[in-house]
Amino acid sequence: MDSVHDVEAAAEKLAAQAGLDEDECFHVAMAVREATVNAVLHGNEYDPAKLIDVCMENTGEALVFVITDQGKGVDPEELPDPLAPENLLRGSGRGIFLIRSFMDEVRFKQLHPGTELTLVKRLAAAAEIT
Amino acid sequence: MALSIASRAVDGVTVLDLSGRITLGEGSVQLRDAIRDLISKGQKNILLNLGEVNYIDSSGLGELVSAYTTAKNQGAGLKLLNLTKKVKDVLQLTKLYTVFDIYDDEASAVGSYK
Repeated sequence: MDSVHDVEAAAEKLAAQAGLDEDECFHVAMAVREATVNAVLHGNEYDPAKLIDVCMENTGEALVFVITDQGKGVDPEELPDPLAPENLLRGSGRGIFLIRSFMDEVRFKQLHPGTELTLVKRLAAAAEIT
Repeated sequence: MALSIASRAVDGVTVLDLSGRITLGEGSVQLRDAIRDLISKGQKNILLNLGEVNYIDSSGLGELVSAYTTAKNQGAGLKLLNLTKKVKDVLQLTKLYTVFDIYDDEASAVGSYK
């Protein structure tokens, strides 16, 4: 999990350098952390032979994070809604919901094998221009 | 910062003072063990003081929910005290704010068990 912490810290630093406020930095770092944990836990299933690849970039218009695992893949449409009354007391299943709540765009791409998850946080200054 | 947990008794209520992060690998297991230990010892009134918890992830949320349901299934109560803004925001976002009994002051929280 040390690598997850390193990714989270790097994401928070990138967000701060882009001028996001404290809450937004927290949200971005948490979303990237959740995505990375998912890649390690549910994607690669803790298999040390499988790698996680994380790329992060400030394009000037947005912060873009791409997290790739080598697991069996996931269908985001099949994930249960954690806000549904019957799911509220479940002990898991809130990670993707938090990611979608905190980021402006979330895209899944199946790599067969593996999943590529792209998270986008648009920067306010760029949004005002457009 | 990993999670630290200190336990104290106040008028028949066990207060767990939590400090740090409740996340996968950094506190969720500690919290689970602490709650199970209390329940196995017959503690029925549990109050989690989250005043020094500045971060909780989806795994930590899952542990809170599991602790709540474990306590309830054993006839015990588990309530929350002193949420920080970040934890409160995440609980509201996930609708878990409606699941827990949440208090801003310890006297009221302890008194609620009488």
